[in-house]
Amino acid sequence: MSFKVIKTLLTTQYAYMLEYRIEIALWALSGVLPFIMFSLWSQNDVGNTFGLNDIGLARYFLSAFLVRQFSVVWVVFSFEEDSLSGRLSPYLLQPLHPLLRYVAAHLAEQATRLPFAIAIAITFFILNPSSFWLPSLPQFFLAYLSTHLAFSIAFLLQSLVAALCFWTEKSSSLERLIFVPYLFLSGLLVPLSAFPSNVLKIAMLTPFPYLINFPARILAGMPVDIFNGFLAQIFWISILIPSVNILWKLGVKRYTAMGA
Amino acid sequence: MQRYFKTIKLFWSTAFASQLEYQLNFLIELLAMLGTLLGSVFILSLFFTGGRQLGDWTWESALVIQGVYTFLDGLTNALLRPNLTEIVNYVREGTLDYVLLKPIDSQFWLSVKKFSFAGLPEVILGLSIVFWSTIQSGSSFSFYSLSIFIISLFIGFIILYSVWFLIAASSIWFVKTWNATEVLRALLAAGRYPVSAYPVILRFIFTLVLPVAFLTTFPAEAILGELKFNILFFGLILSCLFFIFSRFFWKFALKHYTSASS
Repeated sequence: MSFKVIKTLLTTQYAYMLEYRIEIALWALSGVLPFIMFSLWSQNDVGNTFGLNDIGLARYFLSAFLVRQFSVVWVVFSFEEDSLSGRLSPYLLQPLHPLLRYVAAHLAEQATRLPFAIAIAITFFILNPSSFWLPSLPQFFLAYLSTHLAFSIAFLLQSLVAALCFWTEKSSSLERLIFVPYLFLSGLLVPLSAFPSNVLKIAMLTPFPYLINFPARILAGMPVDIFNGFLAQIFWISILIPSVNILWKLGVKRYTAMGA
Repeated sequence: MQRYFKTIKLFWSTAFASQLEYQLNFLIELLAMLGTLLGSVFILSLFFTGGRQLGDWTWESALVIQGVYTFLDGLTNALLRPNLTEIVNYVREGTLDYVLLKPIDSQFWLSVKKFSFAGLPEVILGLSIVFWSTIQSGSSFSFYSLSIFIISLFIGFIILYSVWFLIAASSIWFVKTWNATEVLRALLAAGRYPVSAYPVILRFIFTLVLPVAFLTTFPAEAILGELKFNILFFGLILSCLFFIFSRFFWKFALKHYTSASS
């Protein structure tokens, strides 16, 4: 794919997203769950039991919030809508993989979301001035990289579900089966170090801890096994890419062009 | 009045028939519900490690709150979400015109048109958790505590409905409001935990601004026999205000409605 195509895709999607700034601001706000959990954990002094003081908790949850902001994925919902309304048919005819169009939409949306995420982070620091910190440049770079990898895993996981749209009309409800383990095992509600060791062991076998917990720990400057973390992220991506590819090819063969 | 009951009966029996087509959906919802409950109870248990309490609530009484939350979540999935998230589509496609032309109250029509039966197991499970953990916590049921519980659940549901409807009605102006319902859902998740477990500012917000406390904490206190009467009284007034405001807001929104289709 040429540089020109990438540029055109991203700029058109960015222009499109700018139209929906209020909605994106609201969406950024809907990520407040880590803050609610932070207020609970710190108010009830539970942090000490898993080795985090109030400042550590604050930094962890702010990082979790930020990582989530830039790894949110909704491809299955767009795809289902496009597939049911027949808009997918022209996309399939173009010499461009339809999924790449959604990738561009997500990246453009992240760029639109950036100022809102920064505003929320600043508000958080004003309310909790003692927790203020700036990650060092290498830390920031590694966190940035691992957030992108987290986004890739999340995107591929959901694309796998989206590809099921070719078989069933309501694949977005299948997404709930990914979202539920994601919610509890990713570290969005609690740092995974709080888990009992046997639960933690099982959680680490799934891709979910690498979606929030791993990047957030890097960003917050907490001790983390960087090498194995990246290795696991790359491992999941390298499994998911061929799976999505196969399922997609099988699905397109069955495509019946609904609504068109 | 009878006309309204008859309409509901017709709506929900057709909803039932059409959902029989999607039996797999029912199974998925069931799995997702069990997973969510398992996860939330697990997270809740982390607060109690080392014999701690959560905002002076014991483990069993905190489970009552989880039960009430599950119950209301079931009602949300059965009734509020399928209906109120559709309003956006009616506005966008201009089909709201046909709803407004019908000889029945438009807020009523929009609020009860659909019913997702996949939400019902959650409702039943929620109530079972409430009763089971109330017994575990050592409180006994009385006619009084049960009736107070039912009234406070009703108050909670009216407030929940009104807030959902307010946000859904704002789609007359903003056509992509489903993001706003996501904000609401994120905030309502705070209701999984007793309101006394939050810092003072949030306690205030969750009681008076976005009354999450009336949704879960107070009904749980009611069945445990700890709810103060003046809170119940205040809740009745608050729920009436929320409901009246939602109606007022809908009338106001309709004045600004400019049809999309014609």
